[in-house]
Amino acid sequence: MIRAFVLLLLMQLCGDLLGAALRLPLPGTLIGMVLLLAFMSLKPQAGQWLEDTAQPLLRNLMLLLIPYIAGIVTQMDSMAGQWLPFFLACVLGAVLSLAATAWTLRWMLARQARAEAGHAR
Amino acid sequence: MRVDMAAGSVVRDLLQVIQALLDSPATSTTLWITATLASYWAAAALYRATRAHPLCLPVVTGTAAVIALLRATGTSYETYFAAVRPLVFLLGPATVALAVPMHGQIKTLRNIWKPIAAALAVGSTVAVGSAVAIGWVFGAHAPTLVAIAPRSATMPIATSLAEHFGGPASLAAVAVLVTGVAGTMLCGPVLRWVVRSEDEAVQGFALGLTAHAIGTGRALQISERAGAYAALGMGLNGLLTAVLMPAAVAAIALLGAGG
Repeated sequence: MIRAFVLLLLMQLCGDLLGAALRLPLPGTLIGMVLLLAFMSLKPQAGQWLEDTAQPLLRNLMLLLIPYIAGIVTQMDSMAGQWLPFFLACVLGAVLSLAATAWTLRWMLARQARAEAGHAR
Repeated sequence: MRVDMAAGSVVRDLLQVIQALLDSPATSTTLWITATLASYWAAAALYRATRAHPLCLPVVTGTAAVIALLRATGTSYETYFAAVRPLVFLLGPATVALAVPMHGQIKTLRNIWKPIAAALAVGSTVAVGSAVAIGWVFGAHAPTLVAIAPRSATMPIATSLAEHFGGPASLAAVAVLVTGVAGTMLCGPVLRWVVRSEDEAVQGFALGLTAHAIGTGRALQISERAGAYAALGMGLNGLLTAVLMPAAVAAIALLGAGG
């Protein structure tokens, strides 16, 4: 567990440093996530001991987010009059992205199936 | 009468001691982390009792309980956030740890990477673009648009992106929740009547991409196959949303939304 934590924090630190040094338009934690993904591809045997620490952290991810979400109380004044666009963007946007994703994947899968059937013939 | 007054002064003294303790940063941290953990624990119990009703998600009721406690004790959000810093710190390594389940999904990509890549590119662009466009048309201000843009990504990704680009993280978190619940509840009708597809892979991927962890939870109830595709969609969309975000922020600046 300690080994995994050292690696997770080290990746986050590298992400912070890399992001600042290269002026990447991304938060350090996300760069750290990509770095860990690369690390796991190079060293697949790390998957097991990483998983033992990642699992409990990820299972309780929502707990760690509660302090952030509770901050919505500080947004009430500046959001007055903006709740309608906020909800419309979330709900209608969800419908659009569901439809766009599903339609593209269905179309591409059918295309690939046709191509494979063509090869088989 | 005298006894009452003596008891009253003891209570007053006690309250003063408690107040002094609460004002010390160390006790305040213990108190508010305990309160947050207890709220989440109770919320998770309620979620199980309602057999996983989407409106009883532990993160929704748990946050509501924390806000109620802050109101009841007259504690400001700034005081609370400073107190729970040690808990918030864990969010960093936890976000990095998202790479672990993502890595597990990469293997499933081998045979179908082309359809997946196409659906991901279209889906992510529509997810980010539609949020910004709809919000802008109906008059949301620039910081609000920045907070809504990454709302289909999983919450730690969306909040860190919003914060990085100058949108309120809490607003991004609420947008993620609303999108997750709406996307999960509307997925069935949209796929049945609009897209007309019953493929579990299509359903799972669309759910995970649009409704992140909430949609993935729903997909796992449909089948293991749908769940695996949902996890894949959630992970890939988290990454691509981060890549698309600078362009979205540039577009928001061009639109010149007020606020």
